[in-house]
Amino acid sequence: MATDEQTLSETARIARAALANVAPEPGVAKPDPIMTAEGVRRSFGGITAVDVERVEIQRGSITALIGPNGAGKTTFFNLMTAFDTPDTGKWWFDGKDLEGVQAHKTADMGMVRTFQLTKSLTKMSVIENMKLGATGQKGEKWWNGLLPFTWLAQEREIEARADALLARFKLDHMRNEYAGTLSGGQRKLLEMSRALMTNPKLVMLDEPMAGVNPALKQSLNQHIKGLRDEGMTVLFVEHDMDMVHDISDWVIVMAEGMIIAEGTPDQISSNPAVIDAYLGAHQGKSLLEDL
Amino acid sequence: MNWSNILTATLSAFFGVNAMYFALSAIGLNVQFGYAGLLNFGQAGFMACGAYAVGMTAHYYGISFWWGVPIAVVYAVIFGLIMGVPTLRLRADYLAIVTIALAECVRLIVRSVTFKKYFGGSDGINQFANSFVSKTPFNPSSKYSLYPFADSVNAVGSVLLLVSFAVCSVLLGHMLAQKWAKEERQGFQTKWIISAVAVMAFLMIASKQTEYDGLSFKSLVVGWILAAVIGGFIYMLMRSPWGRVIKGIREDEDAVRSLGKNVYSYKMQALILGGVIATFSGIMFSVSRGSVQPDNYSRDVTFYVLTALVLGGLAKVSGSIVGPMLFWAILSFVDAFLNELAKSWGGHVDIFGIPLITESSHIGVYVQVVIGLMLVFLMVFRPQGLFGNKKEMALDGH
Ligand SMILES: Nc1ncnc2c1ncn2[C@@H]1O[C@H](COP(=O)(O)OP(=O)(O)O)[C@@H](O)[C@H]1O
Ligand SMILES: [Mg+2]
Repeated sequence: MATDEQTLSETARIARAALANVAPEPGVAKPDPIMTAEGVRRSFGGITAVDVERVEIQRGSITALIGPNGAGKTTFFNLMTAFDTPDTGKWWFDGKDLEGVQAHKTADMGMVRTFQLTKSLTKMSVIENMKLGATGQKGEKWWNGLLPFTWLAQEREIEARADALLARFKLDHMRNEYAGTLSGGQRKLLEMSRALMTNPKLVMLDEPMAGVNPALKQSLNQHIKGLRDEGMTVLFVEHDMDMVHDISDWVIVMAEGMIIAEGTPDQISSNPAVIDAYLGAHQGKSLLEDL
Repeated sequence: MNWSNILTATLSAFFGVNAMYFALSAIGLNVQFGYAGLLNFGQAGFMACGAYAVGMTAHYYGISFWWGVPIAVVYAVIFGLIMGVPTLRLRADYLAIVTIALAECVRLIVRSVTFKKYFGGSDGINQFANSFVSKTPFNPSSKYSLYPFADSVNAVGSVLLLVSFAVCSVLLGHMLAQKWAKEERQGFQTKWIISAVAVMAFLMIASKQTEYDGLSFKSLVVGWILAAVIGGFIYMLMRSPWGRVIKGIREDEDAVRSLGKNVYSYKMQALILGGVIATFSGIMFSVSRGSVQPDNYSRDVTFYVLTALVLGGLAKVSGSIVGPMLFWAILSFVDAFLNELAKSWGGHVDIFGIPLITESSHIGVYVQVVIGLMLVFLMVFRPQGLFGNKKEMALDGH
C-alpha cells in the first residue's frame, strides 16, 4: 500500500481524500455527486432486474460497479442513459432531472456510455468511427451536408482530435482500416476512445476489460486513470478484483438488482456481505483473498 | 433472327425511359435502404405521389403541370411522415410491413371508383402534359438517337452529348480502375485512362444503336440530367458528416444514439429524402407518357426497383444508376430475343415438343422468370452487386 500512495496522481489523492470520510454504507450521500438515482426499479416479467433505493456517484472519482452476473449492472447503465425506462424512480445528472430525457440528449449533456457487447461500426473505418463521436457537428445537418465550406474547418479539428486519441490508445496504425478488422480488445479500445470524442463529464464503461489481453489491460488501466486526471468522472463495471482495487477510488456492489455495499476498495474487500454475495455466485474461489 | 433489332432494343433500353425513371427511384431507395438501412417496400407510393401531383394539377386546375412539382414534394413529405412517425421508433421489420401496406393503400385509393372524379379511377389521368409535349424542340413523330454524330442531333446536341459521355467515362473509368487496381495504387493513372477510354468507346458504339421518338427523347434528356444532378448531391451528402451518421445508423443505431445523435430524426430525414427523390421518378415517368395510371405504381415496381438497385450494388450512387440501366437492358434483350426467336420459328417456340411460346403475350412471363433468376444468381455469386465492395460485405456485424 505504501508504494501505492506514492504513485497516486494529484487528482487521485483529491478524489480519495473527498471519499475518506464517507461512511461505507449502501446509498450513502457523497460530498459532490455528479449522478444520483433514487428508488429506481425495473422488472422484466417476474424478475426485478434493478431495485436501487439510492446511489450517488462522486464527481471526479473512479467508481467501480461490481457484482455477480445478472446482478443488474447493465440494466442499471441502460436506465441511467435512457436506453431503457424504469418502472418507477428518479435520477439526476449534474443536478438535472433526467426523467423523460431521450438517450441522445444524455450524451449531449456530458454522459456517455459504452456497451458490454462492443458496438463498433464494422463497415466504417476506424477514423470514421471516431469522427462520428464528436458532438455539435455543423455538417450533421442535412442542409449543410451539401455546403462543405460550412463544416470543413470543424471537420479538420475533429479529425485532429480523433487522431490524437487514436495515437494515445495505440490504434493509429489501424486508422484507415475497417473497424470490423480489429481484434476484440482493439474494438473495446475504439469504443472507449469514440465515446471520449463526445467530450464527456461522466464516462460509463460496461466491462471495458472483457476480452482484452493482459498486456493491453495494463495500459487500459492507465488510460482510465488518465481520464480522471483530465477531470472526467468514471463509472465502470468490472469483474477482476485486482484491477478494481488498483484503479478505483470507490466501489459499489450490486446483487440481485440491489446495492448491497459501498466503500473504498479496502473496505469492500473485507466486507462480509460482499464476500457472501460474490462467493455464493463464484463457487468457493475467493476473488478477494489476495487483497 | 434479326440481331440488329435485338441490339437496338437492348441498347435503347439501356439509356431508355424505363432505366431513367428506375434510376431516379433507385437513387432514392439507396438513400433509405442502401445507406440508412431502412426497409422501405413502398417506393411505388412515393412515385405515385409525384405522378398524381403533376397529373392532377394540370388536369383540374388548368395550370401548367410544372406547379405540380412543388406539390409533389409536399405529398412525398407527408407520405414519408405518415410512414415514419408510427414505425421508425420500432424494429426495422415494422417499417417494411407498413410501407408495403401504405403504398398499396395509395394505389387502391387512386384507382377506386369512389374517387374516380379526382384520380380518374383505373384509367388514370391522360394527356395532361401537353405543355411539356408541345414545347418539345423534338418532333414527336421522328426518330432520335443518342449518338452524338447522328443526323437527328444538331451541333449543340452533339457537344452536350459528347461532354456528358466524357464525364461519365471519367467517373466510371475511375471506379473501374479502382476495382481493377484493388489495393495497389501503382499504375493507377494508366488503368484509369484505359478504363475511361473503354467506357467512352462503349458509349459511342452503344449510343449509335439507340432509337427514340421525340417525346421519349426529351424526357430522357431531362431525366438523365436530373439523375446526374441528384446523384451528385447524394454522393456529396454521403461524404458529409450527415452521411456518416446515416451510415452509422445502418450498422448499429444504439451506438449512434449513445454518441448523442437523434437517430429517429435522422431516419426520418433519410426516409423523406429518398421519398422526395422517388417522387421525381414518378413525375418523369408520367410526363414522358403524358398520362398517369394507377397500376404503374404497384408493388411490382417497388420490387423491380429494389432488384435493379441490388444488381448495381447497395450504398453506391453509381450502382443505383447503372443497376437500373443493366436491369432494363437485360429485360429488353430477353424480350427482343424471344420475340425474334418466335418470329423466325414461325410464331411459336417449342422445345422437345413442349410448346413454350405460342403467342407473343407469353413472352412477358419468361421475362418475369428472368428477373427471378437474375436475383437468385446475384445473391449466390455477387451479393454485393456489380459496384459493391466485397470486403465490406464480408465484415461481420459484431
Ligand atoms: N431485456 C431484458 N428482458 C428480460 N430480462 C432481462 C432483460 N435485460 C436484463 N434482463 C434480466 O435482468 C437481470 C439483470 O441483467 P443485467 O443487467 O444484464 O446483469 P449484469 O449486467 O449485472 O450481468 C438478469 O436476470 C437478466 O436476465
Ligand atoms: Mg452486464
